[in-house]
Amino acid sequence: MSLLELEGVEKAFGPVQVLRGITLKVEAGEVVGLLGDNGAGKSTLMKTVTGVYAADRGVVRFAGEDVTLLPPGERRRRGIEMIYQDLALAPQQDVANNIFLGREPTRRLWGLLPGHVDKARIDREAQAMVDRLGVRVPSIHIPVGMLSGGQQQTIAIARALTFAPRLVIMDEPTAALAVREVNSVLALIERMAADGIGVILISHRLNDVFQACSRMVVLQRGTVAADLRREETSMAEVVSYIVGAHA
Amino acid sequence: MTAVIRAPLGALNRALGRAHVRAESLLVLVALVVVLSILSPVFLSLSNFFNILLATATVGILAIGATFVICAAGIDLSLGSVLGLSSVTGAAMSAYLGLPWPFVILGALAAGAAAGFVNGLTVAVARVPAFIVTLGMMGIARGLALIISGGQGIYGMPPEILFLGQARPFGVPTPIFILIGTALIAHWVLAHTRFGHHTLALGDNEAAARATGIDVRRLRLMLYTLSGLMAGLAGLVFTARVNTGDPTAGLTYELLAITAAIIGGTNLFGGRGSILGTMVGALIMGVVQNGLNLLAVQAYWQQMAIGTVLVAAVWLDQIRQRGRVL
Repeated sequence: MSLLELEGVEKAFGPVQVLRGITLKVEAGEVVGLLGDNGAGKSTLMKTVTGVYAADRGVVRFAGEDVTLLPPGERRRRGIEMIYQDLALAPQQDVANNIFLGREPTRRLWGLLPGHVDKARIDREAQAMVDRLGVRVPSIHIPVGMLSGGQQQTIAIARALTFAPRLVIMDEPTAALAVREVNSVLALIERMAADGIGVILISHRLNDVFQACSRMVVLQRGTVAADLRREETSMAEVVSYIVGAHA
Repeated sequence: MTAVIRAPLGALNRALGRAHVRAESLLVLVALVVVLSILSPVFLSLSNFFNILLATATVGILAIGATFVICAAGIDLSLGSVLGLSSVTGAAMSAYLGLPWPFVILGALAAGAAAGFVNGLTVAVARVPAFIVTLGMMGIARGLALIISGGQGIYGMPPEILFLGQARPFGVPTPIFILIGTALIAHWVLAHTRFGHHTLALGDNEAAARATGIDVRRLRLMLYTLSGLMAGLAGLVFTARVNTGDPTAGLTYELLAITAAIIGGTNLFGGRGSILGTMVGALIMGVVQNGLNLLAVQAYWQQMAIGTVLVAAVWLDQIRQRGRVL
């Protein structure tokens, strides 16, 4: 049983057929690169996994169960997390609050008033998560907007990991980062995989994909053009699939 | 020069951080109090302190509503008009319909909340920009208030209502209790509940709020309803103070309320703000007006003074923010 299984997934927007029968698998602890030119269908495919889009045809199976008809919230509860390219961080809120955004734990104030956000617990658990990931941030009490792009990316990852996901989809996590920040994000991905989390990495940066991913899936006009193991392929071959020049 | 200002302000801000108040606005308030105490012998007295708070009560309550909405990157320009509508609606319950005093309270609060709910529906569901929606409500609520009252003040409130505006339990005017009580509850809601956290997140980055599963539509609906409810409460206090349902009550008060919020450190573009800060902002405005009155300065100068304080407060805030990425 694979962690994620897609079978013949199709999706059209009006007359435009974006996905034309995608079949692929992702195992637990595996890092898969999802490649393809703009408009190949990468984002649409991932949204059928997170549940933002409903597939027109085909089956999405997660941990052996059919989740095709489940809404995004339920899929998230089952362990599918997505980290968006724009990171979806609130820049003026502090690091800890961002990690718990939308899922703030509460307690009773003075044992009476319910719904009091447990800031002490947020800070404690956020600090623990930041320490565990080895993320270097000056403090969890400063606004996220004051951090560098790479630090913000790691905070977005920390948020995704706080609720013990089983599959993490990352959309261009290294696109906006300085070189040395890229390495720390890639190291983080490696550790996630070592912890048994399945990772799907959408990226245009082939260097990063070759460093982090053991498998690469190339989409082309809504179909899987290639599904390659890293040790059996080369950058040149992957590029030829992406641009559609492969014989 | 800015570095000289920034370093000590930074330390003070961290100390005040737990109370969610900006050091700049508190410093301005303290400076004003010191200067006015020197210039006017009667300024620093308990009775004058109550005068300031009493004069601040109505705008202060409105400013609570304004703070919530602005923190969520919205705006409510209808606050003053809804205050007038609530004043007339509450008064009409007693004077026109002969209902007992609780209906005056109910009428004023319900009118405010209903106007806010309509604002919220139009902003959140019909997705019309808040500036336009509340600008429209500014006219609609004012017009409705004039229609209900026939353009006249509705005089004569029951004694229980007058208690809310004119009594002095323990020597303190009732509106001051109402202002402080409302502000403390509102502060807890904005700073310490999920509703408050989500409000700030919505104003900070709507996409982030959505992505983390916050029901943005419902949140907006609640925020504008809350803002309207605050205008209803302010209308009730106003009515009780002047013993009149006044259709022209609260004219241009929305601008004073927004000014108080901004002086108090609320980010006009959302994502940052606190009720205690807004109360400091409202007090600054109250102190300036009171001080200029005591110094017998012509009333026309007061508007200039408030305008100057507003711009200065935002400038100081930007000096502090400039060291940041934001």
